[in-house]
Amino acid sequence: MEEEKNLGVVVSGSLNKGLEVKLDAATSVEDISVGSYVTIEGGKRRFFGMITDISLEATDNQIIHSPPDISNPLIAEVIAGTATYGKLHILPTLTIGGGATEILEGPQPVKSLPGHFSPVRRASPRDIELVFGKEDEKQFWVGTPLDMETKICLNLAEFVKRSNGVFGKSGTGKTFLTRLLLIGILQKRQAVSLVFDMHNEYGWEGGSEKGYKVKGLKQLFPSQVAIFSLDEEGSKRRRVSTDFIVRIGYDEIEPEDIQLLCQTLNLTDASVQAAYQLAHEFGDRQWLETTLSIKDKEETKELLSRLNIHESTYRNLRRGLEMLRRLPFLVPKSPDNPVQRILEYLDRGINVILEFGRYEDFTAYILVANLLTRRIHAQYRERKERALGEDTTPPRPLVITIEEAHRFLNPQLSNQTIFGIIAREMRKYNVTLLTVDQRPSGIDAEVMSQLGTKITCLLDNEQDIDSVLSGASGKSELKTVLSRLETKQQALVFGHAVPMPVPIKVREYGTDYRQFGQVDLSAVVSEAQQSQEAEDLWAD
Amino acid sequence: MDLTVEATKIGEVIEASTGKFTAQCYQLNQAPPLGSLVKVGSMPSEIFAVVYNIENHSLELGRRPIARGESEETEEGIFRANPQLSKLLCTDFNALVLGHRQADDIAHWLPPKPAYIHNFVYTCSSDEVRDFTQSLHFLSLLVAANLPTPVEEITAACLRYSSQAHDDPHAFLVKAGKELATLLSGDLKRLNSILKKL
Ligand SMILES: Nc1ncnc2c1ncn2[C@@H]1O[C@H](COP(=O)(O)OP(=O)(O)O)[C@@H](O)[C@H]1O
Ligand SMILES: [Mg+2]
Repeated sequence: MEEEKNLGVVVSGSLNKGLEVKLDAATSVEDISVGSYVTIEGGKRRFFGMITDISLEATDNQIIHSPPDISNPLIAEVIAGTATYGKLHILPTLTIGGGATEILEGPQPVKSLPGHFSPVRRASPRDIELVFGKEDEKQFWVGTPLDMETKICLNLAEFVKRSNGVFGKSGTGKTFLTRLLLIGILQKRQAVSLVFDMHNEYGWEGGSEKGYKVKGLKQLFPSQVAIFSLDEEGSKRRRVSTDFIVRIGYDEIEPEDIQLLCQTLNLTDASVQAAYQLAHEFGDRQWLETTLSIKDKEETKELLSRLNIHESTYRNLRRGLEMLRRLPFLVPKSPDNPVQRILEYLDRGINVILEFGRYEDFTAYILVANLLTRRIHAQYRERKERALGEDTTPPRPLVITIEEAHRFLNPQLSNQTIFGIIAREMRKYNVTLLTVDQRPSGIDAEVMSQLGTKITCLLDNEQDIDSVLSGASGKSELKTVLSRLETKQQALVFGHAVPMPVPIKVREYGTDYRQFGQVDLSAVVSEAQQSQEAEDLWAD
Repeated sequence: MDLTVEATKIGEVIEASTGKFTAQCYQLNQAPPLGSLVKVGSMPSEIFAVVYNIENHSLELGRRPIARGESEETEEGIFRANPQLSKLLCTDFNALVLGHRQADDIAHWLPPKPAYIHNFVYTCSSDEVRDFTQSLHFLSLLVAANLPTPVEEITAACLRYSSQAHDDPHAFLVKAGKELATLLSGDLKRLNSILKKL
């Protein structure tokens, strides 16, 4: 095994606050970056940790006031690493090798510290593999460490057990990352996915800011992915091969959906209340159609006075409902049952991606995602309960991906929406969420705390950073690491699916699909040609 | 202040304590250079010391030389005209003990006994200088010394002188500088004033 060079030695520290390491004079501070991994050779075991801060130190503070003449090369050389030196802050997270438990069970959380002056080295690719595992039927390669070419894997079996979050400000790579995760879930078959694809990026193809198109899941795994669309024309225009066109009947819309839409439809609390009253009056399945069909003034008046609804409240509600009516995918009676269709696909292990086509506004997204999820969840719940009682097979684990998650999971709504319920109940009914959001501080703190694994790209808003890191151990250290991520394609991963927090460079997507098991036909052809050419070299 | 290949006998101890001694040179004005290493005694027990002060003076205490060269063309002319002069004048130097030889090993700490009066004093050969300065622990005795001449001057002179005995003088100076930086970690001014003179 190749030995990595010594970086320095441990000089102080605590389990809580991490270790201070004095850099050797031979190591330049400039070669060290936050987020790199190190191993520390203790007397009895090896420790694994991450560099979370770097500082410049001086043995005598006077040096700040009268800096030595470093234009003299000898002085510069002498001062470096002695009177002035670099210090690393290291968060030790695991012990690897050494103890019997580590040999049998792999890396263990740290419960002790390496002694004074234990040597610190950069982690070798082998160390990384020891900690993050190799690609296998559960482990999915998501990226590499920031300064190495080794693979970092996510344990997808653990990942899908809970709801998870992908965060990062706009343009940092959330969509690319989510697409990768969806491929992982599909390939490792740990769950089946339902994606509410607001911007039509996952199903057929997505765009890269660099100007080229990237393949969506359906192009890579045609037999394992179905594209559902709300916008038939749009999908046709984009030449997407859709499997099902979703139409939603008025009878599917419940007052609860209206409540979720109160912000986007500009409804008052009283109008939401009125919707519930109308549903009570006309029945859950009838109320919308009936309400929309009332034209007669007298009739309206009579109804309002009977239900004790204020005239202005009614006008407000009616205006909101008219906006819904204008959504072309909403029809009085749906010709088919989209919930049933989605479930059929999911049951066959086929991942469903619902494209919103040109309906990229929040009204459509919130309405449809919420409505479908509520019904699907109810079915899962029923089947899971039946499975428990009657010993039938429980439904296949389902991961539902939603974007703009704070629209569903903000503190005002998270208690009422189905998404809030799913996020809280963990995997009770085999349904979990993959929430994608650029404003995590908008998400209910309680929901955030339930997320099993968080993958966050760069965030620059202090509140967003705090909300993502709240409850994480080593929070202040992770904050430094998070704020140093590059603006694209880098992320900090922490939680259940990784043994320790890990900043990664996200796997490149969109240039070479062979790594996803896709046969590149041109490569096959040229290989065949080559072997033919090789044959030709030999005379018979 | 070139190093010599051979150790050369240059004088005798005329006063000694545990940490310092004074030697008188056989030749007027022929003291070893400031900062150079000298040794006292012979194998197996030698004492190593660094020259920190040199004095040229009249042999008889209290009798000051008088100026004699007004009518001479050259300074040598004074000595030719007054041959007795070189018997009346002498050169002494003071040396700070930095270590000694114990059996075959060099010890960078004070010897159990001081030098004897009339011990011969030799310059060190370049091999001896290299051996003695291979480890830099002697620097702690040096920087801690209380001397009438500035210690920083002596330290810098000693390192400059010793560096010539090493294959890579620059590397030696860097290594010594780093050792000093640790020893003087609380006193940057002194460190700086030494480093500037290297
Ligand atoms: N893993 C990746 N592979 C290749 N390009 C990426 C990757 N992640 C991000 N990018 C680049 O960054 C751009 C923004 O990423 P995107 O996922 O659309 O950001 P977000 O969804 O956070 O707004 C992409 O268009 C692409 O050019
Ligand atoms: Mg996006």
